[in-house]
Amino acid sequence: MTTPREKTHLILTVEGVNKTFDGFKAITNLNFYLDRGELRTVIGPNGAGKSTFFDLITGRTKPDTGKIEFGWDTDLTALNEYEINRLGIGRKFQTPSVYGDHTVWENLLLSLKGPRGVFATLFHRTRSEQRDRIDELLTLIRLDAKRDWLAGKLAHGEKQWLEIGMLLAQDPQVLLVDEPAAGMTDDETHRTGELLLSLAGKHSIVVVEHDMAFVKQIARDGKVTVLHQGTVLCEGQFDEVQSDTKVREVYLGRGKHGTR
Amino acid sequence: MSAPTTRRIEFIAVAVIATLLIVVFPLLNSAGVISNFTLNLWGKYLCYALLAISVDLLWGYTGLLSLGQALFFSLGGYMLGMHLMRMIGDLGQYKKPIPDFLIFLGWTELPTFWKPFSSFPFAAAMVILLPGLVALLFGFLAFRSRIKGVYFSILTQALTYGGSLMFFRNDMLMGGNNGFTDYKFLLGADVRDASTQRALFIATAVTLVLVYLGCSWLSRTKLGLIQRAIRDGENRVLFSGYAAAGFKLFIFVVAALIASVGGALYVPQVGIINPSEMTPDKSLEAVVWVAVGGRGTLVGPVIGAIVVNALKSWATRAYPDLWLFFLGGMFIIVVLLLPGGIVSLPGRIKTWWARRTAASAETAAPLAS
Repeated sequence: MTTPREKTHLILTVEGVNKTFDGFKAITNLNFYLDRGELRTVIGPNGAGKSTFFDLITGRTKPDTGKIEFGWDTDLTALNEYEINRLGIGRKFQTPSVYGDHTVWENLLLSLKGPRGVFATLFHRTRSEQRDRIDELLTLIRLDAKRDWLAGKLAHGEKQWLEIGMLLAQDPQVLLVDEPAAGMTDDETHRTGELLLSLAGKHSIVVVEHDMAFVKQIARDGKVTVLHQGTVLCEGQFDEVQSDTKVREVYLGRGKHGTR
Repeated sequence: MSAPTTRRIEFIAVAVIATLLIVVFPLLNSAGVISNFTLNLWGKYLCYALLAISVDLLWGYTGLLSLGQALFFSLGGYMLGMHLMRMIGDLGQYKKPIPDFLIFLGWTELPTFWKPFSSFPFAAAMVILLPGLVALLFGFLAFRSRIKGVYFSILTQALTYGGSLMFFRNDMLMGGNNGFTDYKFLLGADVRDASTQRALFIATAVTLVLVYLGCSWLSRTKLGLIQRAIRDGENRVLFSGYAAAGFKLFIFVVAALIASVGGALYVPQVGIINPSEMTPDKSLEAVVWVAVGGRGTLVGPVIGAIVVNALKSWATRAYPDLWLFFLGGMFIIVVLLLPGGIVSLPGRIKTWWARRTAASAETAAPLAS
């Protein structure tokens, strides 16, 4: 057990979590601690439980046993998706999830931090500082010229960036980012890495990724967690993890996850 | 076309149609150019247009296919119908101060829940309150349990079916399978009078225009954006901190109220309300109107309700046995060939024309490049 004093620097605590789906053990005795301002990369072969891990934190599924806490002592297992989001935990999905029939600008407006109630949105007026914030985000995600485009018409990589922008619009304390580089060119991937690195410190970030070049880029000073069969196989600096025999076994056994 | 231009065109179109419906048609009717029958028929279509908007607000804008909107339409009708029944006074067949069907069931006195309906303001308030409460309760339970997609459709269909079974029962004291009919007076005027019917037509047209403008405003608010976001990506909405269930509940109640007001205006114009108006196939018909007109737009349901019902008025006289085949055929054709409905036709023709002229320009000047 960690004492409250030790816990002050932790923003996410996942301890002894188990989750079974129809007899399949998706998560087994998972322990995961995220420091405030940390940028953590999570890797692992397909089916290692990475998405379930995010589902558990964001309230999409509930653990069978174990505890998931946010900050001091907020029990996340008792809350649902939108309550958890309002606490300041934002999530980017693996397949870009934007509102296809809304413009880029509207996508960001809907994500912007602010009152979320039915009547608050009915009588909402977009203030000038909110417009400025959207403009800022549009520049950051390089979609300024496409602000009036329907999000559904964007290229895959642009949708990924839009969703990252939507995440930032919420100004969350924790960002859970699932495979941000999927479908991006090498240049876009690199820029995504730069963006995530620049956000660390101000936000606490967990990135799930397959692309090893990208992992190497963003994990340059941070820790990497390797998930395997629903539990933490090993944790440490990129180089340590890379030379770990257990990790090599898991990856070499599958072959296709080598450095690209 | 830029958004302000489109909105100006929309505004002008609404103003023209509103003037036609609210001023010109009634004037032509009192001058004898438009027959009472035709005006009355159009009054009915406009009530159906309200029902269609209520279906589209849920289906086209929020992605919730409700097959229960006929329930709310009928409930509104029944609430005003109760008042109309009270206004018959002792002019019924039995010449007694309570509605005939109650005498037939052996009642000599008015049941308690009937008493306040002698007041028009009370009945009008119930047109809003009762369907609103039913929608609030049902919606709360359904959306809290995250019932979606086809399950939501089936449940709403069961809801309206249950409603019709209830109202078919004589001991419900709501007129059983005959429902309410033979109305005499509304607000002191004879309901069968041409001038009363004209006033009802004007009231319906005004309501439709107001509902249209209200829904148009709603779709431009942030709530309207969230409504369509729920349709296109409910997960993203939830994970962006919005309680999707609350938004769906709000829209569900608003849609129920629109349907209910439509039903309340419908009953004095057609002169009858009975439980067959609540059966699931009535709701399904409204879904076809919306599909034919064009869902996800506000003009679509209005056009669909008018076109399909005008066709129905004609077909049920010309080919009474074939009407349901017409209706089903129309639905299939729209789904297969024209998913955007009638309102998408101009756009389609424009694209087709542009492609055609582009193609002919190419064949005309193949050597130009």
